[in-house]
Amino acid sequence: MKVIIIDDEPLARSIVKEYLQKHPELEIVQECSDGFEGLKAIQQHEPDLIFLDIQMPKITGFEMLELIEQPPSVIFTTAFDEYAIKAFEAHAVDYLLKPFNQERFDKAISKWMEQSTKGKNTQELLEAAALSPSQNQRIVVKNGSKIKIIPVQDVFYLEAADDYVKIHTSEGYFLKNKTMNHFEQSLDKEQFVRSHRSYIVNIQQITRIDPYEKDNHVAILRNGTKVPVSRNGYVRLREVLGL
Amino acid sequence: MNTPLSILRFRIIFIIFWLLMEADQIMVLHYFGLDWNIAAIDSGICNALLLLICLLVMNTLRFYLPRGKQYIHIFSICLFLTIIWLVITKWLLGIALGDHPGYKELLQHSLSIRFSIAFLLLGCITMISILWYNQLEQKEYDQRKSNAEKLAREAELFKLRQQLQPHFLFNSLNSINALIGSRPEEARKMVQQLSDFLRGTLKKEETQWVSLSEELQYLQLYLDIEKVRFGNRLATSVNIQETTPQLKLPALLLQPIVENAIKFGLYDTTGETLIQLETWVNNGDLLIRVSNPFDPLTSSPKQGTGFGLKSVQRRLYLLFARNDLLVTEAKENIFITTVRIPQEPGNKN
Repeated sequence: MKVIIIDDEPLARSIVKEYLQKHPELEIVQECSDGFEGLKAIQQHEPDLIFLDIQMPKITGFEMLELIEQPPSVIFTTAFDEYAIKAFEAHAVDYLLKPFNQERFDKAISKWMEQSTKGKNTQELLEAAALSPSQNQRIVVKNGSKIKIIPVQDVFYLEAADDYVKIHTSEGYFLKNKTMNHFEQSLDKEQFVRSHRSYIVNIQQITRIDPYEKDNHVAILRNGTKVPVSRNGYVRLREVLGL
Repeated sequence: MNTPLSILRFRIIFIIFWLLMEADQIMVLHYFGLDWNIAAIDSGICNALLLLICLLVMNTLRFYLPRGKQYIHIFSICLFLTIIWLVITKWLLGIALGDHPGYKELLQHSLSIRFSIAFLLLGCITMISILWYNQLEQKEYDQRKSNAEKLAREAELFKLRQQLQPHFLFNSLNSINALIGSRPEEARKMVQQLSDFLRGTLKKEETQWVSLSEELQYLQLYLDIEKVRFGNRLATSVNIQETTPQLKLPALLLQPIVENAIKFGLYDTTGETLIQLETWVNNGDLLIRVSNPFDPLTSSPKQGTGFGLKSVQRRLYLLFARNDLLVTEAKENIFITTVRIPQEPGNKN
């Protein structure tokens, strides 16, 4: 079975490697020092299991997983992350708290071997992890083969598009495989307002709000875009803007 | 609480004032046709009783200070006490001097004047006492408040110091764990460095000032540990101007700034991260600049400050009451943090 180790600290990778010597059935196909490398390696090797650190350069372990259509089984390795640990516990995903010993490591491996629902809980886990404050400052999307990190203040507005959400920025829009509800919950509520069932708008981008047809309004953004505002959305907008 | 009379100066003023009152009353009574000795006895009895009542009021207010709308009570009490005083005075004077011809008439006629003067006097003494006690109370309150603020500040400083990143600690232990198997000598060395570093954190007081060279030694321990953790990815360059090593700065101020730069640099870029440290003197102040690379496309400098500089800023404010000592700027893909440490002549060791 194929294994990938993703951790930015070389010694942290080497300890996993050392502990894996006891499990010859698991073959390390690659070691990666950040999420970009990890993503590429996962697509290339399609591993059965990955060991994943959370705090890593550029994108976190969670953000990396979000970009994978069908994430492999994951054993998280982390030193200290309250939010992540809460998320793990809520979704019964195994995790190793650094430093860990061989015994604990072996337990994680055998637990994974016995598990029939390999990798199944990952989606729910990611939903839970996305609510942590460290993760709501940016949105990571895949743009073709490239990974794009969008700081939330650069987002103009979000628009529902079937199973995706269109994230509109000055560079055009990006698609993310998430729900509007997900973004409504995870983004800062003081900055992003659900103006309409299908729209979430960055209030810093709004220049004015005009009435539009009966009972409805429309928000005009700095770049001239018009974003629909429903009756309920108008109430929410006024609340946040303090009108 | 002390009464106003516990201060010698006030006691003397009080006695002189009272003697003047007596003398004045004797003169007035004599003017209205009383003999000197009768006037003196009258004045003596009158003023002695009034003095007793004044002292009583002064003492009572020590334990009971009126608040807000209770001043009407004080007014009624003064009025009531003055009436009692008048009744007793009249009775005593009647016994002592009633036999003298014409005295009773004069006493009868002067009652209203005696009453108003006594009431005014008692009122004044009451007001002065209230002001005195209020001011004392205010002083005590201020004292308590500044004590409480000092305690709160110390507690806050302590808390800021305790924020030593658990992340750093656990990751270092994890690295040591890995080294034990492969390179035990290095593991041992790192245990030593980590212990020295932690001991440095624990033994220093936040309010203590240390020399830059001492702080740099401590920083070196931290950098050595981080270099073991991150391997080749982390590079540092330190440039210390000759005049600066003996200058002083608050203990443990430098390390969190460098820690911030390392985290910001390492987590915002892939590849090698160069952390630069420079120190120099400007207008007699010690200046320290720490810079790290970052990716302007994915993180705004504003976010960068949020990493760990807030507590440094807060400490500087608590120590110097200034908010302009920590400055951050982003130049292309380099994030620069500059701290200015005023070298006040009064700064203690």
